Amino acid sequence: MDTSFSNADLSFRDDVKAFFASAYDLKLQKQFESFSTYKDAVIEWQKRLYSQGWIAPNWPVEYGGTGWSSTQKFIFESERASAGIREVMPFGVGMVGPVIYTFGNEKQKEYFLPRILKSQDWWCQGYSEPGSGSDLASLKTKAESDGDNYIVNGAKIWTSFAQYADWIFCLVRTSTDGKKQAGISFLLIDMRTEGIKVNPIISIDNHHSLNEVEFVNVRVPKENLIGEENKGWTYAKSLLAHERTGIAGVADTKRALFNAQELARKEVNGGKSLLKDPLFQKRLSDIEIELLALEFTELRVLATVAAGGAPGAESSLLKIKGTEMQQAVQEIMMEIAAHYQGVLDTEYPCEVVGHEFGGAARRAYLYGRAATIYGGSNEIQKNVIAKAVLGLE
Amino acid sequence: MNFDFSEEQLMLRESIARFIQDDYSFDYRREISQSALGMSEHIWKKFAELGWLSIPFSEDCGGFGGGPVDISVIMEEFGKGLVLEPYMPTVLLFGKLIDAAGSEGQRSDFIPPIINGELLGAFAYLERQSRYELSDVMTKAVSNSKGFLLEGEKVVVLNGQNAAKVIVSARTSGDQFDREGISLFLVSSDSDGVERVSYQMMDGQIVSNFRFNKVSLTADSLIGDLGDGLKIIEGVLRAATVAISSEALGIMEELNRKTLEYSKTREQFGSAIGSFQVLQHRMVDTFMAYEQVKSLLYRSVCGLTETASDIECTVHALKALVGKTGKQIFGEAIQIHGGMGITDELDIGHYAKRLMMINTTFGGEDHHQGKFNFLRYG
Repeated sequence: MDTSFSNADLSFRDDVKAFFASAYDLKLQKQFESFSTYKDAVIEWQKRLYSQGWIAPNWPVEYGGTGWSSTQKFIFESERASAGIREVMPFGVGMVGPVIYTFGNEKQKEYFLPRILKSQDWWCQGYSEPGSGSDLASLKTKAESDGDNYIVNGAKIWTSFAQYADWIFCLVRTSTDGKKQAGISFLLIDMRTEGIKVNPIISIDNHHSLNEVEFVNVRVPKENLIGEENKGWTYAKSLLAHERTGIAGVADTKRALFNAQELARKEVNGGKSLLKDPLFQKRLSDIEIELLALEFTELRVLATVAAGGAPGAESSLLKIKGTEMQQAVQEIMMEIAAHYQGVLDTEYPCEVVGHEFGGAARRAYLYGRAATIYGGSNEIQKNVIAKAVLGLE
Repeated sequence: MNFDFSEEQLMLRESIARFIQDDYSFDYRREISQSALGMSEHIWKKFAELGWLSIPFSEDCGGFGGGPVDISVIMEEFGKGLVLEPYMPTVLLFGKLIDAAGSEGQRSDFIPPIINGELLGAFAYLERQSRYELSDVMTKAVSNSKGFLLEGEKVVVLNGQNAAKVIVSARTSGDQFDREGISLFLVSSDSDGVERVSYQMMDGQIVSNFRFNKVSLTADSLIGDLGDGLKIIEGVLRAATVAISSEALGIMEELNRKTLEYSKTREQFGSAIGSFQVLQHRMVDTFMAYEQVKSLLYRSVCGLTETASDIECTVHALKALVGKTGKQIFGEAIQIHGGMGITDELDIGHYAKRLMMINTTFGGEDHHQGKFNFLRYG
């Protein structure tokens, strides 16, 4: 058992630090902060990562991965988070990419993978439906065969950034025979196809990132089917495990907690720094103690994967604990912001009326409620652990 | 021992509940929250006609002479309807400060127009640096030959935008954190030297920051005795804390009720999600948490009515529990509603945001638990 960094690791860390410091410049940071320039910022940043060859560290080298060790991946993630840089938009590189290189045919790999790496296509995820949330396998959007095409009808919901998307990867029903999981296929659909309509959903934080996507007689070429018909559930399950590990976000939570600590130091209540308030200290250390553990839980999972194992039920653990910790830090930020947590910074920026971080704290806290719901709700994750780890039926 | 409401209190509850059902739909409320005033003048007039604005004031100035139980009933029902109109700032803060400490002249000048619905008021006591600490006052009122000169800034003033008159806490002697030396002044919001910046909060209410640049006040703007303001503030805010906790209780009841209802209709895995034991237990937990808040609220309401010696402690305990339970109840309501819970369209998120704001109003959970700890354990 050894978690120290080698000299090579340390010099790798210097390289990563130096790259982030120069590539993630102030102009780009500003672009990320405004909703009107957000899309361009995401694409621009991902292109810079691509030019550096670091856009997809988790992909196999043959498809454009970096070939890093799990220690290097850990270093990269930690440095990214401590530089305050967001994760790459997950839908392309993190989700559909691995499905395509694992289960797609040569033609699909050749066409889609480079476009994903170069951020030429913005992907979104078509899984949940109005009637199928936690019970994803009950989905009803159907794809009926018509010569060389499928005709798709139905609706997907909670589709993040569908308004920007060029492509959507969908789970669709191609059969109603047998178990509900057995009739699902994995289909890639061009968002510009006739019959697709994107309806915005305004979320609790007053923003628009979520959507409902309607499909009315949408023609999709059969060459866009991944793998075999009716095997989509298996492909999706392997993707979900990926998604759940990513969701833990330990490095980002650590950075957010440190940020909270610094803000609390400056906040004064009754002449005393909030950071010296025993009740506040208890809140803060409760989170930090769990994070110290969670960081190593994540490393243990990464080590298993590196040794050739697949992330299984452990990824459910990471998802549950990771999202709980994210929400706990978001709550701490609200606590620090006190009255100013409520300020809607539409007319005046937050710093004019109170704490500059008030608006950001509110948005993160409110939208952060979704983290224990999406990617398979935490209740579903507990079912997975109960069944797969504890053997309870 | 009797926890029953009187006939009159039951009628009051019934009439507010009917008003919300008939005249204050969620969609109508949304329209109000998006209007420039952030409140409805028409609804406010209606409150006056129905006599609700008169309830906490004594009979000698035209009031109904109601007590903490009556106020609690009103606020609980307002909570269920997420009422935006400024009952708290105008009646329970501005009005009750004048009622508690004002001169005969001030009471007869200002309380009747509040009752008639003609005067909207506010109470400006928070400062940018003060967080929740009431004695942290830097705004100064310096006495001169004509009266006082007011200088300083107040923040997050509830109903500040629409208030014609504002009561301002200011230091007339002592240092920043001294309990003595704080005085209360009545200021017209259109006076020379008053600057106002108004902004909306996530629960829809519009609040203001006030800047007072050497504002001239006449000697009769002083409310209560010079330098003795903090005790008045604490008394009025204690009652207001119980009132806003009543509002929170109403919200918690609605959130629990709506969540339970949803769990019976939303089906996943071929059954209503309310049939899953894990959700049943959590809804039992939120039900019990709600009952505990109700009990501590009743304890506080009785304590206020009977001026119990431990009322200070009880109210700190209440506000701490409201903060903690609020998070638990809105957290479960959102989680059990799934994606729907985080939409702007559904009312669940709006109830949640109001609970969040209630937690920060008159001091958050930790602030009150800290005060409780200090009183109980030193």
